[in-house]
Amino acid sequence: MVAKQNMTGLNGDEASAYATKQVDPDIVAAYPITPQTIIVEKYSEYVADGLVGTEFVAVESEHSALSACVGASAAGARAFTATAANGLALMWEILYVAAGLRQPIVMAVANRCLGGPINIHNDHSDAMGARDAGWIQIFCENNQEVYDTSVEAWRIAEHPDIQLPVMVNFDGFTISHTMENVYVLEDADVKKFVGKRVYMKTEGPRGEVEFRLDPETPITIGPLDLQDFYFEHKVQQMEAMKGSLNAIKAIDREFEKVTGRKLDCVYPYKMDDAEVAVVGLGSAMGTVREVVDELRAEGVKAGMIKMRFFRPFPVEDLRKAVGSVPVLGVMEKAYSIGGPGAPLYEEVMTALYDTKERPLITDYINGLGGKDTSPEMIRGVFKNLQKIKEKGSVGEPVSYVGVRE
Amino acid sequence: MSEKKRGWKTLPKGAVPYKSSRDYQTGDWGVAKPVIDHTKCTKCTLCHFFCPEGAITVRDDGYTEVNYDYCKGCGVCANECPVKCIKMEMKK
Repeated sequence: MVAKQNMTGLNGDEASAYATKQVDPDIVAAYPITPQTIIVEKYSEYVADGLVGTEFVAVESEHSALSACVGASAAGARAFTATAANGLALMWEILYVAAGLRQPIVMAVANRCLGGPINIHNDHSDAMGARDAGWIQIFCENNQEVYDTSVEAWRIAEHPDIQLPVMVNFDGFTISHTMENVYVLEDADVKKFVGKRVYMKTEGPRGEVEFRLDPETPITIGPLDLQDFYFEHKVQQMEAMKGSLNAIKAIDREFEKVTGRKLDCVYPYKMDDAEVAVVGLGSAMGTVREVVDELRAEGVKAGMIKMRFFRPFPVEDLRKAVGSVPVLGVMEKAYSIGGPGAPLYEEVMTALYDTKERPLITDYINGLGGKDTSPEMIRGVFKNLQKIKEKGSVGEPVSYVGVRE
Repeated sequence: MSEKKRGWKTLPKGAVPYKSSRDYQTGDWGVAKPVIDHTKCTKCTLCHFFCPEGAITVRDDGYTEVNYDYCKGCGVCANECPVKCIKMEMKK
């Protein structure tokens, strides 16, 4: 039976803070940075008002914020932090430590481009810079997804077969500062869904123990790990990430039972008979869906695929969603200067290279530094995809959308 | 140590060492080792307290001795000894 829910007006940052308040983690350590600031601002109000039992650690930098989370998490606590852009960049060293030491920390990232030149607005260059750190990366399309994912993330992070930190990404300003109607669960239902933190079993010098620092069952977390063990431990991490999709899907289904809302890794839309399609991440996918509907009404066989997960990259789900569409455009708010294409394009190309009916694939870099991606621009992308279909070849593999020449 | 090391499938998760720190005999790291001359020693035990590895213990007779299984040869003891009865000797 679906649990009782109330509709309320929340911007994306507030949705993240509200969900986290309901989870009531043991510690929140954070440093403010636009456009994430509202999350920790709101959360410190919850702490001051006595609505949560959380220890709020006001640190002096993002490097310290995530370091505090790693220490607390290793001691067995639930730890949350939030950041964006240059703040995430300052955490870079500790991102790898958190993932390498298998700490199930949850972090909200209100995606913002990386300076310089200095700019506080949205694109995905911050998250893409962290893609190889070993964090699970989820991208939200709207405020409801931010709320839902901020609840679900704890179950994914703490699953004994996964035990990896989770990054909940949502577009700065477009989502973080824009209010939408959000259905929220009752506190008790969130607590019931999330439950108590479960600890993975590991083995210390005295035999099997729970993976946390406890004087009764002493273990060492994070000592020197040289040529003879580091590679083996990295493979453990890679395999945990690779195998996490099954557990994630089971948690998605459990979440659907509680809320009635279906969560998935990949969302195909009107793909069954599509002749041209777009794949992408985040809030822009809402606009693409509108354009697909308009084009369908005009007789164009357009489709789209929204990806909610970037890490782990859901290869099989993507292949299934792409099906036999002949032309596929990747729309992304990121870049890899000097690379053959931007990050999502490269992943999509790799995932589809071995398929029998591989579509023609092309990359559309758009919206860097918060530049608007309008429905008109998306129409232009579809028009371009139709041309590629007629010609039967891609031409220029990477192009920029909405930039002045 | 010629024992067979475990692979990724059987190693403890979370990169937790499955052996005690006592099992890691780090005494072979050093190039020099401290040798205590008990004829000059005043039993002040400062070397015991200064040793960063806890490798210098106090015997029942009050003299200190070095456990070479763990001593890394840093020389802090020789430097701190007030009567200079500890000499650092090069290992062969």
